[in-house]
Amino acid sequence: MKRSAPLRRPGDSRLVVLIPYLWLLALFLVPFVIVLKISFSQTVMALPPYRPVLDLAAGWTGLKDFAAHLTTDAYALLGSDDLYLRSYLKSLEVAGLSTALLLAIGYPIAYGIVRSPRALQPLLVMLVVLPFWTSFLIRVYAWMNILQRDGLLNDVLMRLQLIDAPRVWLSTDTAVYIGLVYSYLPFMVLPLYAVLEKLDPALLEAAADLGCTRLRAFWRVTFPLSLPGVAAGVLLCFIPITGEFVIPDLLGGSRTLMIGQTLWTEFFSNRDWPVASAIAVALLALLLVPILFYERLQKRAIGETP
Amino acid sequence: MGEMGEPLVRFDAVSKRFGTLTAVDCLSLDIRRGEFFALLGPSGCGKTTLLRMLAGFEAPSEGRILLDGEDIGAMPPHRRPVNMMFQNYALFPHLNVEKNVGFGLRQEKVTRAEIAERVDAMLALVRLQGYGRRRVDQLSGGQKQRVALARALIKQPRVLLLDEPLAALDKKLRAETQFELMELQRRLGTSFVIVTHDQEEAMIVADRIAVMDRGRLAQVATPEELYERPNSRWVADFIGEVSLLEGRFSAPGVFQSMIGRIEVADKTAALGETAWLALRPEKIRLGMDRPAAAANAVAGTVFETGYRGDRSVHKVRLADRSLMKVAVPNTAARGERNVATGDVVWLSWPADAGVVLTQ
Amino acid sequence: MRRTSAFNVIAVLAGLAFLYLPIGILVIYSFNASRLVTVWGGWSLAWYRELLHDDAMIAAAWTSLRIAALSATAATVLGTLAAVALTRAGRFHGRLLFSGMAYAPLVMPEVITGLSLLLLFVAMNIDRGFWTVAAAHTTLTMCFVTVIVQSRLIGFDRSLEEAALDLGCPPLRTFMTITLPLIGPAVIAGWMLAFSLSLDDLVIASFTTGPGATTLPIRIYSEVRLGVKPEINAICTIKITVVALGTIASSVIAKRGASRRAREGLGIQM
Repeated sequence: MKRSAPLRRPGDSRLVVLIPYLWLLALFLVPFVIVLKISFSQTVMALPPYRPVLDLAAGWTGLKDFAAHLTTDAYALLGSDDLYLRSYLKSLEVAGLSTALLLAIGYPIAYGIVRSPRALQPLLVMLVVLPFWTSFLIRVYAWMNILQRDGLLNDVLMRLQLIDAPRVWLSTDTAVYIGLVYSYLPFMVLPLYAVLEKLDPALLEAAADLGCTRLRAFWRVTFPLSLPGVAAGVLLCFIPITGEFVIPDLLGGSRTLMIGQTLWTEFFSNRDWPVASAIAVALLALLLVPILFYERLQKRAIGETP
Repeated sequence: MGEMGEPLVRFDAVSKRFGTLTAVDCLSLDIRRGEFFALLGPSGCGKTTLLRMLAGFEAPSEGRILLDGEDIGAMPPHRRPVNMMFQNYALFPHLNVEKNVGFGLRQEKVTRAEIAERVDAMLALVRLQGYGRRRVDQLSGGQKQRVALARALIKQPRVLLLDEPLAALDKKLRAETQFELMELQRRLGTSFVIVTHDQEEAMIVADRIAVMDRGRLAQVATPEELYERPNSRWVADFIGEVSLLEGRFSAPGVFQSMIGRIEVADKTAALGETAWLALRPEKIRLGMDRPAAAANAVAGTVFETGYRGDRSVHKVRLADRSLMKVAVPNTAARGERNVATGDVVWLSWPADAGVVLTQ
Repeated sequence: MRRTSAFNVIAVLAGLAFLYLPIGILVIYSFNASRLVTVWGGWSLAWYRELLHDDAMIAAAWTSLRIAALSATAATVLGTLAAVALTRAGRFHGRLLFSGMAYAPLVMPEVITGLSLLLLFVAMNIDRGFWTVAAAHTTLTMCFVTVIVQSRLIGFDRSLEEAALDLGCPPLRTFMTITLPLIGPAVIAGWMLAFSLSLDDLVIASFTTGPGATTLPIRIYSEVRLGVKPEINAICTIKITVVALGTIASSVIAKRGASRRAREGLGIQM
């Protein structure tokens, strides 16, 4: 049956929209514009450490003066120094591989939960999500505990006589992958579970009735129908992992330099705000397509776009 | 039940469009004071949209809606003196029965004492005394429906709207509730407007029925008029069962059809133009032999028998391969069926049995 | 679909073990008398006692709690308004931009969000500290509230609101007395999520904080960079316990509410 959407008078709804809208404009959109602007600024030893500073009181001449001092130096640096390119590529590589691992590990877990008794499912889902509610930092730190030179992993491996001397686990790519998979697992499991849970069991019965083995039924019926969940999980992991900072910083070594760390170093250690901003802009440009894709997925999920 | 001056509700050339879909098409309709009015039609005919426009949840794309002569088109639903009983009851799950029923009064400036009093009176009226403290999820379907009714009536609206209120009930409960609703309406004197797709229900409860088809009014009349004097083949077919014979009037009262010459009492029909004769199944007599003195008689073979308990409706195939429906009351003791498929039978009816339809 | 195979059971159990083992180890070792992880020195509360004397850590924890409570509340209000706007306000100018902004923080790398907010505060000459971190956290977490509340609003039975309007309740009061109580659990879940995200955030807090507003994650991070420390194990254990107790308590309360209602119903029928 048809229904019109608005249930209140225009005046009320405008206020409901306006308050969050203004907040987001001020604290989300405007900052991005500022990042863009600073990426075109020069680095100086001053406070703030960039030039030019927009002085609206100076009127039109102030604006012209402002425009004259803009420069693409920061971007030139980005292009010329090999370090940045390698950081971007490393980030994409790590994000891609870890997302693939997350999918490989998360899918069986989600599928397993869906096939458990109905009454048990909410409990299982809560158990998967509960670590997420405890601190992210804590969980990464927990792995430091285990992976350090005189940590638990080496201890257990030596007792089992699988290795002779303590191995270096921390400060390696492997540690970073372990940390990433560990931290982002709920982000992969939850969207997958949400989609798999809604799957009509009658479809699998129909497949069996028409002669499909269990495995075939999975690949031809279940998996294709779970693709929206797969897409959501993949995007929800890949995009933030690309810009990750904490995990590579604490668990990774000097060879694991991801773009998040590079940005952090430029900003806090080198006090080079324009370059840090340029890194952020370039990262955003890189991730724009996946982000828009995710927004589209989100809207389709809540029924805004067919 | 004559008109006392102005109609209570008037729809004046009202249309409603949703994008490219026209749900209601230039519809004009009057609803009188104190009447039980039904909006009847198949799914998608626009009856629910019309009801919702009266309640204020949809605004008409064109036309006016008048309540007691006042244009209420711009009035938001919470200010209209009109209340609705929703199809799924829409009882507030976080409030108990008392609070649900009294909800409407709390929006007006009524004292707590008076609210309690009126809620008690209303619960007694719908025969739910003592259920005040119960929670909504503890009620049966029929009980929920009565709470929804009490909640809508307590504000003494000028019109009560009912959106397919009996759809979820089983047959026996539905029959009981239909009579309860009619009682209630008579006692209160409030105009009730009910939306239903069940024509039997509409015929039982309503004083007048508006039959709608794809956004337009097909016919507005009392149940008897609708059944005995439909104004079109569509209405004749929609209400009850009917046999339609196509033909032309060669002379006043003489209808030439595919099965022969038929005598019709109505002598006013235009000559030479295509017309249809609508015959209701219970007006046709079925016999094994040719009737001696009947205005119209035709032979046929029984194609299908439909045993319904109190009567049987048979489909009889005639010489021109058309079908006629005949209803025969099962008066013989122990329900012995004396007509079987394949039997050759004679159908007969008097000249005044049918209705001439020109559209 | 319900036939559980061995593979499925193993997958779920292995997954849960993987998730809880590191935390379990951390908790156990917070009671280890020895500093070294490889040596078990017996049960001890020494590290907890050291924690009580660590004023800087306690101050950081208190700051974090205050920021989290403040930003969670603000984020819940804003996020709920945004969810209502997206589901009920129909079409309005700039709706596309609005929904884009509303969902973006969900996936945006925190370094970008943190940097942009810091640059905003600098450009506007706002001193960084408690309030800037709170504002930043509000912006970050409100999108989570929006997603949760919005999915609840979409499944919400609109005929309840129509019934209230029909009975004379003006739109605003309808929202407060009918809609809000019924989407309450979603709003509360949003608050809790926003609270825990704020309590846990390191990157954005680092960018937007100032002198005197050190949060707990910042403090822990600065200590942890230098290596594993048993006192850190202690505070982590405390935090885990608090969160676990909170989650268990809230689910117990929810269940008890349901059983109370069932008992009342039975009582009347008897």
